[in-house]
This record gives sequence, C-alpha cells and structure tokens, in this order.
Amino acid sequence: MIFETIIGLEVHLQLNTNTKIFCGCANLFGKESNTLVCPVCLGLPGTLPVLNQKALSSAIKIALALNCQVNPYIKFDRKNYYYPDLPKGYQISQYDLPVASHGWVEIPDKQAGAPSDHRVKRINIKRAHLEEDAGKSIHDQTLNASLVDYNRTGTPLMEIVSDPDLRCAQEAYDYLTTLKLILQYLNVSDCDMEKGSLRCDANISIRPLGEQKFGVKAEVKNMNSFKAVKMALEFEENRQRQLLLSNQRVVQETRLWNEEKGMTFPMRSKEEAHDYRYFPEPDLVPFMVRESMIEEIRASLPELPHAKLERFLKEYQISEYDAQILIQDPTLSGFFEECVKRTSMIKKVCNWLIGPVLQELNLRKVNIQQIGLQTQELVNLIDKVEQGVLSNLVAKDVFKLMLDTGKTVDTIVAEQGLTQVSDDSVLEKIVEEIINDNEKVIAEIKQGKTSAMGFLVGQAMKKTQGKANPKKIGDLIKRRFENG
Amino acid sequence: MNLNESTAHELLGLIKEKKTTPEAVHISVKKAIELHDPKVKAYVRVDHDKARPTSRANGKFPIPIAIKDNICIKGREVTCCSRILEGFKPPYNATVIEKILEAEGILIGQANMDEFAFGSSTENSVFGPTRNPWNTKCVPGGSSGGSAAAVAAHEAIWALGSDTGGSIRQPASFCGIVGLKPTYGRVSRYGLIAFASSLDQIGPLTKDVTDNALLLNIIAGHDHRDSTSVNVPVPDYTKSLTKDLKGLKIGIPKEYFIEGLDPEVKFAITAAIELLKKSGVTFKEISLPHTEYAVATYYILATAEASSNLARFDGVQFGQRFQPAAPRKTPIVDMYEETRDRGFGKEAKRRILLGTYSLSSGYYEAYYLRAQKVRTLIKNDFDLAFSELDAILTPTSPTTAFKIGEKSDNPLAMYLSDIYTISANLAGIPAISIPCGFSKDGLPIGLQILAKPFAEEMIFRIAYSYEQSTDWYKRKAPLN
Repeated sequence: MIFETIIGLEVHLQLNTNTKIFCGCANLFGKESNTLVCPVCLGLPGTLPVLNQKALSSAIKIALALNCQVNPYIKFDRKNYYYPDLPKGYQISQYDLPVASHGWVEIPDKQAGAPSDHRVKRINIKRAHLEEDAGKSIHDQTLNASLVDYNRTGTPLMEIVSDPDLRCAQEAYDYLTTLKLILQYLNVSDCDMEKGSLRCDANISIRPLGEQKFGVKAEVKNMNSFKAVKMALEFEENRQRQLLLSNQRVVQETRLWNEEKGMTFPMRSKEEAHDYRYFPEPDLVPFMVRESMIEEIRASLPELPHAKLERFLKEYQISEYDAQILIQDPTLSGFFEECVKRTSMIKKVCNWLIGPVLQELNLRKVNIQQIGLQTQELVNLIDKVEQGVLSNLVAKDVFKLMLDTGKTVDTIVAEQGLTQVSDDSVLEKIVEEIINDNEKVIAEIKQGKTSAMGFLVGQAMKKTQGKANPKKIGDLIKRRFENG
Repeated sequence: MNLNESTAHELLGLIKEKKTTPEAVHISVKKAIELHDPKVKAYVRVDHDKARPTSRANGKFPIPIAIKDNICIKGREVTCCSRILEGFKPPYNATVIEKILEAEGILIGQANMDEFAFGSSTENSVFGPTRNPWNTKCVPGGSSGGSAAAVAAHEAIWALGSDTGGSIRQPASFCGIVGLKPTYGRVSRYGLIAFASSLDQIGPLTKDVTDNALLLNIIAGHDHRDSTSVNVPVPDYTKSLTKDLKGLKIGIPKEYFIEGLDPEVKFAITAAIELLKKSGVTFKEISLPHTEYAVATYYILATAEASSNLARFDGVQFGQRFQPAAPRKTPIVDMYEETRDRGFGKEAKRRILLGTYSLSSGYYEAYYLRAQKVRTLIKNDFDLAFSELDAILTPTSPTTAFKIGEKSDNPLAMYLSDIYTISANLAGIPAISIPCGFSKDGLPIGLQILAKPFAEEMIFRIAYSYEQSTDWYKRKAPLN
C-alpha cells in the first residue's frame, strides 16, 4: 500500500527584544540562574503584566514577512496549567485571536522536478501568536531535587503554526530552513536551536494515498536541530507505516525524539487530556493596533530572501547556485553588493566570497560583519590577482593575514615581499637552475612525456615560495625545449 | 472629643493650626487600638514601630491609615488572611502604598478580611472574624470588614479596602461609614493581590464624604505598571463637594426595591430620597432590566478569574508549602495538593472549584462566555440610564449587619447580601455607600449612589449634600 505523509510544524521563536515581554528584565541567554528576574516575571502576588511594544512590532514584522493577515485587535488569553517553571500557574498567550493568521511561505518543490527549474510549493501558515516563555526546570540527580531557573520566564515567544501541508521529512526540513532564513533577515531572533531560541514540534500522521481523512497523528518533540527534525519525522513516518501494514493502530500521543537511539518514544507522563481553560487575560486590556503602525512596519521590512534571489539572478547574472549561497547570509549578500559597486568583476567577487571568504568565516564561526573586512580591501586583493601581482595561491594566504592582522593588502604585500615575480631575466635564471637540477625529468620530457612539464613549473614555484608567475615559468620552460 | 474620633480633614486643620501634632494623633489611634481591638479584631497586624510621623509639610497627610491585608507593603507580611500566604513579605509596594507614603501617611496596621476577599462578612479569615463596632455580635460586612470596623471603631482615621462585588460599600454600610468603589481603572491595582482582575478596585473607607474625596485624591491616577488603569486626569475631588444639587436627575431602579429588602432599609432610603428632593433633585423611577442576572453573572466571572489568579499559590515560590506524610502520586503533585488543601479555607476552595468548572472545556460557552455577554447587557443598562440621568440611588445592602454565624452555612444567602453592589463592578462604574439611618436595633443603614465612569465628582457632590443635611455620619459606635 502507498501511504501519504502529512506533517504540520509548530515553531517557537524567542524574540530578541532588549527586555522581556511583560516586564523590564533583560532578555538574555546564558546568565547566572535567577538573576534576570523581577516581581512581575516571577508572578509574585499583586504584580501585573505590561506589554512590551517592541515584542508586538516584532510579531507584526513576522506576520507581514510570512504573508499573514495582521489582526489589529490585540488580545491576550490565559493558558492555565500547573508546572513549577510557570510561576503564575498560567501562561499569557493568544488563543482565538492570534496576531497573525492565513500566511504562507514558499519552499522548493523537489517533487516537481530538478531544483533548478524554479518550481516552488506554498506552505500555508495557519496562525502565529505572541506569548511568554516559561522558566527552565532542572532535575538535579546529585541533589535529588528539581530546581527552577526563571531567567527565561517572560521571554517573548512567537509561535508559528503551519497547516498540515508538508508531505515528507525533507519538506519539513526545507520549510524550517526557509522560515529560519526569513526570520534571520528580519533580525527578530537569534534562531539558534542549540540555545533554544528556535524550537520545533511536529505533528505527523500518514494515510493511504488518495484518502481524504487524516490519519491519527503523533506529536513529536525534543528535536534539537533541523537535521533531528528530519530524522525524527523519517523515523516516525516509518514507524506509523509499519503499524498500519501490520494491521495495528497508531495511537494519538506525544512522543519524544531520542537523538542517541535515533528513535521516538512515548512521553512517560500522562498529560494527554490537558484542559487549559483558556480565557481572556483580564490584566491586559485589548486594544487596536493603528493601521499606520502596521504600514510603518511594512515599509521598514527588509528585502526578503526570495526577492533577493530573484534580483541577484537578474541584476548580476550569477548562477542560481552561487546566488543561493550568497543569500543564505544577509550580511554576506550585503557585502557582495557593496563589492560589486566597486568593481566590474562580479564573477570573481562571487567566487572569492563563496570560496575562500566563506571558508574562513565558517572556520572562525563569524559572519562577514564581525570579521571586520572592508569591501574595498577584498576588491583590491582581487585586482592584485587580476593584474598578475599575486598568484591565486598567495592571494589566499594574504587574505588570511588580512583577517588575522587587520592590515591592508598593500601593507601585507609590501611587508612580506610577496609581489609576484614576472621579470624575465630573474625567471630565466630560475628556469636554468631547475633544468640543471632535474636531468632525469628533462630526459623523460625529451622522450615525449610532456606531462612532466607541470612538475618543473611546480619546482619553480617552490623555489620562489610561490612568487613566480606560473604562466611565465611555463612559457619559458616550453621555449627551452622548443629551442633545443 | 478624642483625636482618634475626628476625621482626617479635621485633624489636618488642627495640625495646621498647631492645635495638635501628628504624634498626638498617632498616639490617640494607638490607644484606641489597644482599647478596642481585642474585642473588634479589625487588625491582623499592627505596626506601631514603623508608623512614625515624619513631616508636617503642607499637602502632606500624616494620618494613620488601616490597609486591607491584600495590598502589598514592601517588607511586611501580607497574607490575604489566608494560611497559604503565611510568611510572604513582598519586596515591593503597591502603587497606592507608594502614594500614601509619598503623602507621608502612617501605615498603622493591616486590616482583617475574608480570605482572598471571598466573602461578605469577614468571617472567612484565617485569623477569625472581625466584629461590628455597633454590635459585636454582628458581622462588620466584608470582605473589607477589618478596614470598615477599624474606621467605625476609631482605631484608624481612614482605611483602604478593595471592592470586587461590594467589598468596600457593604461593610461601609454595615459599619455606618463612607466607602467608595472608584471607576474601574481610576486607581492602580498594582500590588493588590488579585481576586478577580476585571472587577477589583481599591478604594477609600472614611468617616465622612470629605475624607473620602481627600483619600481618593491621594490614591487615584494612571499607573504605567497597571495596563488596566486609565489615563484620565485626576481632579481635586474636594472641589465639587459644595456644588448644589439643583436640576440634577437621579434614577431609582425598580428592580432594587423588591422582596428581600428589609422594610427598615427601604424606609431609610425613601426618607433620603425625600430629603434630596428638597435640594432640588428630581427623581425618576427607572428600569435596569438585567439586574436579576447580576449575582449569577458575577459569581461565574469572579470565580473564573479567581481560579486562575490563585493558581500561583502552589507552594513553589512563596508562602506555605506542605508535603503529605505518605507519598500519594508524584512528589510535585503531592506537594501541590497538600499545600492547596491545607493552605486554602473552605470558601476559597469552593470558589476555585466553581471557577475551574465554568472555564472547563464543554462548559466555557454555557457559563463563562454567556456571563460575559450578560455583563455587557448589564453595562448597557447603565449606559442607557446615564444617558439621561446624573446618578442612580439604591440601598447598599438589602439588610443591616447580620449576626456572626448566621449565614456561614448558607453561601447562597451570603452571596445575595451583595445583590445591590455587584452591578457596579460588572459595569465598571463608581459607587459610594454613605450612612442614611439606623435600624431599631441601632445598626447602620447605607445608601448607595452610582454614576457613570469617572463621575466620582458627581457622586461626592450628591453624597456631601445629603450628608451635610443629616447627622447620621456623626454618630459614634457604642464601644465603651
């Protein structure tokens, strides 16, 4: 039997506002436990929440970027449940009137053909709402006690819920990648799954192909990377298929992904039949967002990844492969655009960025802004190569030195005496020496093994520590053989 | 006359004229507490040491004030008269406390109340009941019974209470003093331990209308820490007191004069109406057609909010924590259950259960949502009435103070004692209770005046004019 997989994702995104959503505490990760707290986020009796307007504008930003309808009537609700890391005994969230609904993002439609044929699939966003994060419970084995860190309590969260439009684990992965990139462009969140600033739960079910009714779904939690989401969904898809094929039933339940074992397991606690008793939060009066505020935010939206991709292809005539890499990092694509304002060698700039530059960035785990490289310096470096002053090989070393020392290309070239040697009289001498030192190879070449010529060029480069112009060396050696 | 038996505005005059000092006032109140409180039990905590007068500057109010035990005072224990909060010392002041301290008020003590303000008699307190200074066999009303009794027994010059369904006005009525529930949003709720957030409002309990206006001047105003407080300018409420009443139109809702209304109360109200007519007020019988649903609506909405507001009392962060002797379920669930079972009193548990029920899936639409709709209808009734009226006049409570224990086994009868006060909370409008007579047994009767949102000036104006043409407010409780 052929099954169809149905996946919907819930993404929790921590917003990178300066302060928490309902109080003035700093919104930071990795500080000492219970140092970023106040009576309000601790839910002490008598305290009241006050909405952080920055969190609201971030939420509207996200809504607009995800093509959502923005609900201008802002209302919060209480989601009631008991847990030690939830100090008030309820979470302030949005229930029936989320700030955003009916949006979509486009992911590559890989089933429709090769990725290069530009087909996309639209994944609908059901809703996105604002809420507060809970604290963190830590179960300390040595103390045999549960401890709570309330630093995270009250961090603004945006929950983004997709429709069940995803049909395989790869699509889920692509959706997350696409979503993350948009969110990074908006600069509303760190989007760091390891730090928990982006978290993802998945709902997955399968049904016989052609069936209209959804199958029984499982909710999968505890995935700590996009790759883990993909693996968990692949596992779950397969698990459900095996169950149905052996005439067993899928149970509706919450399952946890176990990264080490590569399997999902049912959550031990029986918290299934939760009744959250939602009702409107009486401490926050509903209000209308002014249309002008929404329009202001719309006007301030940055160019989004798909628009940038289209523009790069059209404006710079670079390959889709190159463009895709450049747009993955808004700082890198910005740097690219600054560079090509200063030079006509678009392809060369592109090659440098997605080659040596990106390699160094990855190695140093920083982005191009953090590394402190001036666009003009990269252009100068490329110019040096084009003018034959530096070989490609040396240029790469120079680039590393530029990053290490912050010095300019010219300074490094001057200090290290790195100018490529193109002077014929100097090169003639070197060629002479090499021919004298490698009689055996010369003999082979004379017998017709012309491929050994490359070895001689290499020797020359070695001798000059890479400074010789390799093309000229090659020409000189060739001339020697032609002459005699 | 003893200093403690004076009003705040009288004392401020005496202090200004150097005929007395804040210290003398303080001592006189302290003595009254020592003398009467063993019997009245208005206070749960008296804090003489910290209550030192600091200044005699103009515009300051170095007057001893009683604070209901659900308003946070930095560093002092606040319990809502519940076992579950025993030992809780908030690290912050309520906004009203900050304002009182800024005015150099003297926080003389914390007043008894029904646990978490759940009640109309101050019998539901972990510290035991407060007694009515007019007859110590009777309740002082509630839930701000301690605040009202303290003022009536002259154990405080004035007091702060909170009113969710009548908790300031009904005890003011039972104790023969003046109690105002301001417009919802007029006074910051920051630091008031919430019962029902959409209904709660802090307000003044005083010996006369002038003091009430003075105390509202101090505590009213927008607060950025309370999103439900409203940014409307605060007038000087004492300015409008002396305006005459000529041409004012006051409505008498027929739904308030029905079966269950004590004939003595009815008589007193009728007499008050006649008196006000002489001041040039025209009265009109009106209808507030949804009045009969107010109590039911209130008990659904108030308990729903309470069930959620009280969820934080779970033994994790503050207050009392209990663990059962033998494990039952998981350690955390055992702790929650034991803490809340032993920490909350009977009425608190009843209301948490009621509220949890009405918010539960499958019941939400039939109860909570429907009650919200009725609340809107009740509000509409008032909006319509005030489109052609300056105020509405009713009894504050259908009866005078009842006996201690009389209604404690009958929650429904107890709930009905708020039948005339609840609507103002549902509609968010201001309402005052002022003394308007005494029963044959010598118990005070209260008159309620309601007006449209932020029309406290109108309320004070009518109340003051009435007060000045009577001497009910001058009578002293027979406490010797």
